[in-house]
Amino acid sequence: MRQAQRDSWQALFAFAALVAAVTLPINAEGPRIYVLGLGTEAILILLMLFLTAVASVRPAASDIADLMLLFFVHVGGYFALTLLPAVADGAGWGFWGLVIALWLLAWRLVTGLSALEPSNRAYAMLLKIVVPLIFGIWLLFLWEVVVVGTGVPAVLLPPPSAIWARITTSTDILWADFNQTFLKAVIAGYAIGCASGFLVAIAADRSPFLKRGLLPVGNLVSALPIIGMAPIMVMWFGFDWQSKAAVVVIMTFFPMLVNTVAGLAASDAMQRDLMQTYAADYWQTLIKLRLQAALPFIFNALKINSTLALIGAIVAEFFGTPIVGMGFRISTEVGRLAVDMVWAEIAVAALAGSVFYGVLALLERIVTFWHPSFRT
Amino acid sequence: MSAAADIIGYTPARPGMVTRFFRSSFVAVTVIVLAIIVIWYIAATFLNSPWQYEVFARAGEKPGVIEFVEATWSQERPVLPSPHQVGEELYKTIFETAPTSKRSLIYHGWITLSSTLLGFVMGTALGILLATAIVHVASLDKSLMPWIVASQTIPILAIAPMVIVVLASVGLTGLLPKAIISTYLSFFPVAVGMVKGLRSPDPINLDLMRTFNASRPQTFWKLRWPSSVPYLFVSMRVAVAASLVGAIVGELPTGAVAGLGARLLTGSYYGQTVQIWSALVLASVLAAVLVTLVGIAQRIVMRLMGVRA
Repeated sequence: MRQAQRDSWQALFAFAALVAAVTLPINAEGPRIYVLGLGTEAILILLMLFLTAVASVRPAASDIADLMLLFFVHVGGYFALTLLPAVADGAGWGFWGLVIALWLLAWRLVTGLSALEPSNRAYAMLLKIVVPLIFGIWLLFLWEVVVVGTGVPAVLLPPPSAIWARITTSTDILWADFNQTFLKAVIAGYAIGCASGFLVAIAADRSPFLKRGLLPVGNLVSALPIIGMAPIMVMWFGFDWQSKAAVVVIMTFFPMLVNTVAGLAASDAMQRDLMQTYAADYWQTLIKLRLQAALPFIFNALKINSTLALIGAIVAEFFGTPIVGMGFRISTEVGRLAVDMVWAEIAVAALAGSVFYGVLALLERIVTFWHPSFRT
Repeated sequence: MSAAADIIGYTPARPGMVTRFFRSSFVAVTVIVLAIIVIWYIAATFLNSPWQYEVFARAGEKPGVIEFVEATWSQERPVLPSPHQVGEELYKTIFETAPTSKRSLIYHGWITLSSTLLGFVMGTALGILLATAIVHVASLDKSLMPWIVASQTIPILAIAPMVIVVLASVGLTGLLPKAIISTYLSFFPVAVGMVKGLRSPDPINLDLMRTFNASRPQTFWKLRWPSSVPYLFVSMRVAVAASLVGAIVGELPTGAVAGLGARLLTGSYYGQTVQIWSALVLASVLAAVLVTLVGIAQRIVMRLMGVRA
């Protein structure tokens, strides 16, 4: 690899940025503060950061350098967060030097970790989780530091800490909204929509005529902006969660139908012939062979639908709802410019969506362990 | 085929004209569409009848069955408008109204279409850029890719009203905020598809490029990019549909000023079901046309690249 022979430019630039961090003041307003004037802790941390930068310059850095990076970059990150109150009125170049150095070192860390190819399976699995996790943590860190350091108004983008504070202080509201939108509308709609899509697909499978007609129509409908049905569903089924569940049913029905029909055609002709030589009837072939072969497609639909369902339920609430629900909260709090509450709702929705998706992905891995994409 | 058949001396029984006609998918689709329209009319009759009963009861009339059914199909504000009512409304607002008027669906459709297209172009560009970076930088593949997938488990549309309002508070209104939402929705399929596409060349071809001492840009432009084109078009079809959804939802919180989303919202405020349905039908037609256009572009590009379909 050509890349591996070069010295790490991230480490080199991080070194330069660290020099800026110790020589320039960290604040721009009032009496200037220097990092080195903040006591022995600060001096020690910066010293260790310098050492880390130097140790990780070599392309194929040692395990010790990686460990140093892992530890001191995050200590440094915590240190930078403690500086935030001092720079709230305006950050100086010393502070930005520190932030840039930390960011570059974190990048260096991720690069180093990605290059590792451990033979131990558990270790490889751990690495697969740790690397994106580090990336996510640093994304949040940069968000916090940049928003506070440059003084972005909270209306535009609140820092993660403010969002977290809002989440912890209004858990009861968030829970009530989650209960209304997710536990009632999404789950009910998702179950009904997926089940009916699946059943119609099996019915269509019995009749080639129905299949030829339904498939193009289904494909077309899944490209349509079905979300626009939301106001109609609200008119038909009232303001409560039933109308939102109805929107979710329509949104999830067609992806399930199209995917299941495609999946039922996925088994080999050879395998079907084998079933025929066993004198298996239609239902035996369906349950023992074709549904099994269709599982990857069905899970694909289940995963697509998990995000569609949340979107459908939330957007449907924009068109009318009782005074509870995630979509309702988002639209009213936006009107009051209480953006931290909106972000708190979004965080809850994101968490719910990710867990929903994650559970399905895990289930898929367990049920369709035989599929080539899981056999490594 | 016939030559082979002559040699073997066997021709598979060719189905008759009628059978072939009924086996073609055109007929199947037509029948399904007709069935949907018939179901629509029946549903309209049943859903609109409670109100119609009251109307006749109040007027003290005893209508016949045909008269009653016709009445349910021509209400002012039906629960479910019948297809011909939607058709009339579409004709009226598209052909009989000047395109500059605020009552014209062409006016609203154009506003939605323009932000859809802008968002689609930006999303496709962003998706290609991200995919290129991910394919070339190993650390991005490991760290960024999981987050791109995770970003789609978040109901992005839920942020749409906030993005619009927040951008409006810093003075950014009009086309761009809506296009940003479309961008967010459409970059994902392109990024995921292109990562797959840019990795699709055989290792043997990549090795060949290495034996030519080709630089990374050369490998990219001469091997990776051409072989990713089919993937690009497939993801662009998904992206353009997602982009339209983004534009429509982006129009909801702007106070229902203009666009198909605004027509949906004002329709739901004032109970104008016919208006909602005609906006929906137009949005569906737009989606179908956009997806078809991408498909046509795909066929043309593939032919220019020398691929025989």
